[in-house]
Amino acid sequence: MEFIGYMGDVFTPINFMLLLIGTIGGLILGATPGLSPTMAVALLIPFTFKLDATQGLILLGAAYTSTVAGGAVSAILLKIPGAPANIATTLDGHTMARKGQGARALQLSFIASLVGGVFGVFLLIFLTPVLAQWALAFGPSHLFWLAILGVTVIGSLDSSSVVKGLLSGCIGLWLATVGFDDIMGAQRFIFHDAVAGGINIIPALIGLFAIPQVITMFANGRKPSETEVLSVERHPIREALKEVAGRTRALSIGTAVGSFIGLIPGVGGQIAGLVAYDQSRKVSSEREKFGTGHSEGIIAAESANNAMVGPSLVPLLTLSIPGSPTAAVLLGGLLIHGIFPGSDLFDNHPQVAWTFINSMLIGQIMMCIFGLYVAGLAARVAQVPNAVMAAVVLGLAVFGSYSVQHSMGDVYVMAALGTGMYFLERFGFSAAPLVLGLILGPIAEANFVQGSMIANATSNLGSYFLTGPLNLTLIAIVVASIVYSAWMEIRHRRYTTKDEAVAKEEALS
Amino acid sequence: MSAIWQTQHVLASGIVAAVGVGVAYISYTAQPAQAFLFPRLISTVFVVLALWTFGKAVIGKTKVGNGLNRTQMIHIAPGLIVALVYIFWAAKGLGFYTATAIAFFILLTLYDPSPHNEPRTWIKRVVITAGFMAVMYGLFAMLLNVFTPREIFF
Repeated sequence: MEFIGYMGDVFTPINFMLLLIGTIGGLILGATPGLSPTMAVALLIPFTFKLDATQGLILLGAAYTSTVAGGAVSAILLKIPGAPANIATTLDGHTMARKGQGARALQLSFIASLVGGVFGVFLLIFLTPVLAQWALAFGPSHLFWLAILGVTVIGSLDSSSVVKGLLSGCIGLWLATVGFDDIMGAQRFIFHDAVAGGINIIPALIGLFAIPQVITMFANGRKPSETEVLSVERHPIREALKEVAGRTRALSIGTAVGSFIGLIPGVGGQIAGLVAYDQSRKVSSEREKFGTGHSEGIIAAESANNAMVGPSLVPLLTLSIPGSPTAAVLLGGLLIHGIFPGSDLFDNHPQVAWTFINSMLIGQIMMCIFGLYVAGLAARVAQVPNAVMAAVVLGLAVFGSYSVQHSMGDVYVMAALGTGMYFLERFGFSAAPLVLGLILGPIAEANFVQGSMIANATSNLGSYFLTGPLNLTLIAIVVASIVYSAWMEIRHRRYTTKDEAVAKEEALS
Repeated sequence: MSAIWQTQHVLASGIVAAVGVGVAYISYTAQPAQAFLFPRLISTVFVVLALWTFGKAVIGKTKVGNGLNRTQMIHIAPGLIVALVYIFWAAKGLGFYTATAIAFFILLTLYDPSPHNEPRTWIKRVVITAGFMAVMYGLFAMLLNVFTPREIFF
């Protein structure tokens, strides 16, 4: 119950103001199609440099929470999911709004998000300290395999091609080795002055997530927006509360599925929402109503994608393994303030850790309250033309990257990585495993080198890294995730035509 | 699989494979060897996966990735050129704020669907550009104290 002691810190004027800014800004950014939660958080990082670690994390955490929920606004009112996590919400949410019940759909969505989100944060509160202590038992070989696990799980589960996902992870791990070697001081892969000091994480994250979106907007050309914003009629909140309380089955399925999926590194909210929606439909007595504007569909999908947020931070805060691409960006936000996740965070910086986690709890409540009020405004912002959005994101990416170290080299790295990533994505490669490789690469290498030294002194390299129950368990999970994803890929292709696959990829991108 | 689509995949996976081979070559030949222990491990997996992907593209077995069609290339080209000139030359050569304002206005003009022959459209673009620049100046120069290159202009 240590977290209660730090609850008051969330309510200091500056912290609360940042929480408010992050929540309202996140709701609006989340509602904007093309601005994913990951990209929104990456673009916000430069604004945290002047803040202390706690304040910076409060801002980023609030933005993460509310962008996921804000994505429901455009899913419901525009039929465009603000983020992949909101795809399932579109199915019933937009149909309900089309029937003139937009306010009801939004209220159900935000209340379900609140319940799921609060449950998810409580999991974070109770699991994190236990796992952080357990992580103390990990030696260099285990930490090496954990870092590799983080890359391979995201590489295989988050990509449409297992081989290309893993290859993206390898590219990220390689990019992490660019610069000077920490132990020997040797120069490695320095092909331009801009990367002499290595590739800075923040400009790389901004480039990898923002620039492909900018180029995707360019690819749409001068196409006028054809989206129609549905009106939001008044609907009594009390009725929405009663309706959510009466749909306990959909709510508990969504919350449980979202929390479980959030704990698995690499499996994002998009899957959580869709799985919860599907499971809820299967056990519902009114399954024929799903897809026709049924409240259970909205409640299951939205409770799941917000329940995923808290647990996705558990592997990050305990083992330094980000559970999702957005968590990877948050890790970048922690590292720039010189804070390393794990037991160090809870032992030496408990005020930072607990205030941040508490702010996510309060943020869920604020997200629900403000979500209902700013939904109309957010839907209008979501209609900002592509041309304006592309130019704004490009400008923010350039200024944000420059402000990290006041270096043009960082801007060049951001642009080069981002442009390269756009073209790689067009050919089936994925940004998430590349980012994970880039972030986890130094952790993997440091532990690999340390483990090699221990192995040279005590045993041989093979037996140090490949034996022992924990090593074998981690290796088994790495192999199982790859084999499972490969099997699913083969099975999926057997029942999917090329045209269907192309249409699905276009829809998701 | 169309010929152009396959060619694009061969080209993309070929570039990735070439990078992989280059990384592996450097990792196995550069000194001191101790500093390249981890890159050797990575580059070995990198090369195997990259060659696998390249091989599949060559025999036309690539399943994912839609490539780029002609229309997309035509749409992307002007914006990408403006963005790259802005980042790699103008931002430093002209000064951050001047270059950003020019690039922002050109991108708006290129991709805004409003008709070019109406004065209102041009006024709207100027107003949006000025508003964006005011916000950027307020955020970065005044709030965050980021001193951007001024060079020959502001």
